Amino acid sequence: MTAATTTTYIGARVPRKEDPRLITGDGLFTDDVTLPGMVYVSLVRSPHAHARIRRIDTAAAKKEPGVVAVLTGKDLEATGVLPVFISVPKQSTSKHMPIATDKVRYAGDAVAAVVAETRDAAKRAADAVTVDYEPLPVVVDATKALEPGAPIVNEELGTNLVFTYPVKGGDIDKAFRDAEVKVALHIVNQRLIPNAMEPRAVAAKFEAGELTLWSTTQIPHFVQLIVSLNLGLSQNKVRVIAPEVGGGFGSKLQVYAEELLVGHLAKTLGRPVKWTEERREGYLATVHGRDLVGDIELAAERDGTILGVRIRTVANMGAYLQAFAPVSATILHAFIIPGPYIIPAFDIEVRGAYTNTTPVDAYRGAGRPEAIYVMERAIDRLADEIGMDPAEVRRKNFIPPDAFPFNTISGITYDSGDYAPALDRALAMSDYKGFEKRRAAAKARGNYRGIGISSYVEICGLAPSKANSALGVGWGGYESARIRVHPTGAVQVFTGTSPHGQSHETSWSQIAADALGISPNDIEVRHGDTFESPGMGVGTFGSRSLPVGGIAVHKAAEKVREKVIQIAAHLLEASPEDVVVQGGKVFVKGVPDKAKNFSDISMAAYLANNLPEGMEPGLEATVYYDPPNFTFPFGTHIAEVEIDGETGAVELVRYSACDDCGRQINPMIVEGQLHGGIAQGIGQALYETAVYDENGQLLSGSMMEYHVPTAEDIPAFQLDHTVTLTKTNPLGVKGVGEAGTIGSTPAVANAVIDALSPLGIKHLDMPLTPEKIWRAIQKADGERKR
Amino acid sequence: MPQSITVTVNGTKQTKDVEPTHLLVELLRETLGLTGTHVGCDTSQCGACTVLVDGRATKSCTILAVQTDGAEVVTVEGLARNGELHPIQRAFAQEHALQCGFCTPGLMITAVDFLARNPSPSDTEIRHAIEGNLCRCTGYHNIVNAIRSAAGMMAATAQPKLAAEVKR
Repeated sequence: MTAATTTTYIGARVPRKEDPRLITGDGLFTDDVTLPGMVYVSLVRSPHAHARIRRIDTAAAKKEPGVVAVLTGKDLEATGVLPVFISVPKQSTSKHMPIATDKVRYAGDAVAAVVAETRDAAKRAADAVTVDYEPLPVVVDATKALEPGAPIVNEELGTNLVFTYPVKGGDIDKAFRDAEVKVALHIVNQRLIPNAMEPRAVAAKFEAGELTLWSTTQIPHFVQLIVSLNLGLSQNKVRVIAPEVGGGFGSKLQVYAEELLVGHLAKTLGRPVKWTEERREGYLATVHGRDLVGDIELAAERDGTILGVRIRTVANMGAYLQAFAPVSATILHAFIIPGPYIIPAFDIEVRGAYTNTTPVDAYRGAGRPEAIYVMERAIDRLADEIGMDPAEVRRKNFIPPDAFPFNTISGITYDSGDYAPALDRALAMSDYKGFEKRRAAAKARGNYRGIGISSYVEICGLAPSKANSALGVGWGGYESARIRVHPTGAVQVFTGTSPHGQSHETSWSQIAADALGISPNDIEVRHGDTFESPGMGVGTFGSRSLPVGGIAVHKAAEKVREKVIQIAAHLLEASPEDVVVQGGKVFVKGVPDKAKNFSDISMAAYLANNLPEGMEPGLEATVYYDPPNFTFPFGTHIAEVEIDGETGAVELVRYSACDDCGRQINPMIVEGQLHGGIAQGIGQALYETAVYDENGQLLSGSMMEYHVPTAEDIPAFQLDHTVTLTKTNPLGVKGVGEAGTIGSTPAVANAVIDALSPLGIKHLDMPLTPEKIWRAIQKADGERKR
Repeated sequence: MPQSITVTVNGTKQTKDVEPTHLLVELLRETLGLTGTHVGCDTSQCGACTVLVDGRATKSCTILAVQTDGAEVVTVEGLARNGELHPIQRAFAQEHALQCGFCTPGLMITAVDFLARNPSPSDTEIRHAIEGNLCRCTGYHNIVNAIRSAAGMMAATAQPKLAAEVKR
């Protein structure tokens, strides 16, 4: 490279490019796609959690007015099974048909699809499909599913065990032998329902041998790949568009049955087709998250030094293995359990289990919130046991800043970190020192006040392709970007990432603008259309977009910049080393009055009559960037709660967080990601839980029973940050999409347990509802009186 | 049997035949093509479909289209006037109060109605006013900031009232 990239726009609070269309109603979401002659799909779903399908009678449905077609599983067998992209050792992979053929394995499993002229007609006809079921014994609990004699969910596998995943390091037996203190906790990380505000939808048309499919997806290229393979269409004849996507949080990180179904219908019926999920349908048929139950034991010295960690966990995978499901319970979970701490000995084993419940896959954080939660609860338990300040237990075990790059006991290499400053800033923001006064004041009011800390490290930047391969991830972890400068100087960035709220149009334009010496306003970022982007985009999940996709944009822009400099040097008769690219101009250092416009150079690139010897015409570049390592953001979150002594209701009175995601491209966007992530983590700690009865019926089956936090449930946030650059990539960026969720759940839970600790309460499982807390208070009171 | 209704939507009188079972949101999205109003649930919890009906923020999935015969409806498409954004729209962008943007139209509409009734609200009042509108991206922090900021903008410059507000 001939000149260092400036950072005029990187780091600035540039207003979002996405907003103008979204605040005026102009944004196009999938359900907004309506085409002439369109027909609508309604799915018939099983009311049973486990049943053999004896017979399906579609005759009455076919006679309903407006019905175009009624399909059952047999009609869709040719579209093949739904994909699983992960294969951990000895994995038992279910055969997941788009529509069930022989038996249903969870309440909500699709058994038939009705196509009709209107949505209403499709729904009416779906009600007219009769299915004769033979109910089978049901297993809902993952631990029970692994016991002998449990009903087998996927009979062809002969077992409900999906995998056994051990990660070990150091001498764990010695650690527990030598320990002065041992603490143990049984921890339930409850099942959550993602609730992206936009329900899923798929629309498709088939014209001139070409399938165009709009979908609410985080991974349009994977959808294109599987739709093409499974429907027998050449990949170049399948165009998948993820238009505006209304949130995902992992729930749209799938290739879903409905994508294959709607594609198949458009192709076979020759009419545009649309399916839109109803919210209650989504509660059953869109993947759930979390659902891990485990036991953690910590071995330590009485001074707080951790000697070893042993964890045994069972992860509920639901009825079928979804696209990336094993990752959340294994790789992204087990490896990050050490968090910011030096752990000399480590023994983790996670077992996955099939049950008769909605399949589980990645949900914001995907394994990392679960990992940090068990560790942070155990650290607080240890602090309580030895009578030490939880902040100081954490500080004592932090990996010191001079130890990076740091090889963890779990076998990964942390890029960079400096954990104590983030802890200190969070402590200062939360007025940690003044807390005991506030606790006493609350006590005088008859309330319980608590403060909770959570220090985390997360694993982002998924992923180096070779690491993916070694870990059993069946695809590379790179990301693509193409930058096209038109002759007039108009710039387009095509990215393989697929944002659904993450503001890539803004951030990527800032990155490209600094490399090209122009304004972000002169750059258009396009995404989510497989016909526009480079051949493969991996997509948006796992806080990977910036440290992988953003770097691809940066590298593509640097390539274009290099060519701009070479052309300018040639035209200005100067040495490339002396050419400055800045403010939309290109000039020789010290001679800005003889500048060429950026557009003069792009025009020259296409006129091609006066280019440096041997240079190709044109001005565009494509980059596939494969990261050399993961990135490891970190931070400390502190929550303060006051619990009503009479009702058990929790008020979150203060929330402070100091996060470090490396260099921030746009602090406004970083803060927004943190706010949303923190709120989702608070949701898990206090409000949200998916509840099944023993028959596999989802009792929390709508927004009426499942509490998505409202504005009244969430406090204002105090945020601060430190900046510890990573050397993994040239911008020093780490990713921030999930940090808030990872940090907040344990901070809030620890605060609640801290508040109740004077009553002798050591642990309660989430969500920490008023009822649960009230009962715990009554029980503790009763025991004290006895 | 379809029923003929006349409803003023974003200042334009519309006479349409609608099924008596059809919801206002279906009239808006499917008949009139006003897809800025979104459907996020089927139990009236999420508020994504909120529009102004005679000035009051109303979840358009909870009201039949025929019930709006003679009413004035304002959707997100009707917030801007003569190419100029409504202060609530400007404030949402300035404060980064939206990410995916799916809940945004409903939240802005709720805020417009709320600010008409309470021009200088406290943060607690704002949070209470929008508790019927769910957002999964922002954690509400910046939405509260935006509504407070819009209140300031509207106080500084007397806003031309939306037709429906005037009527009320």
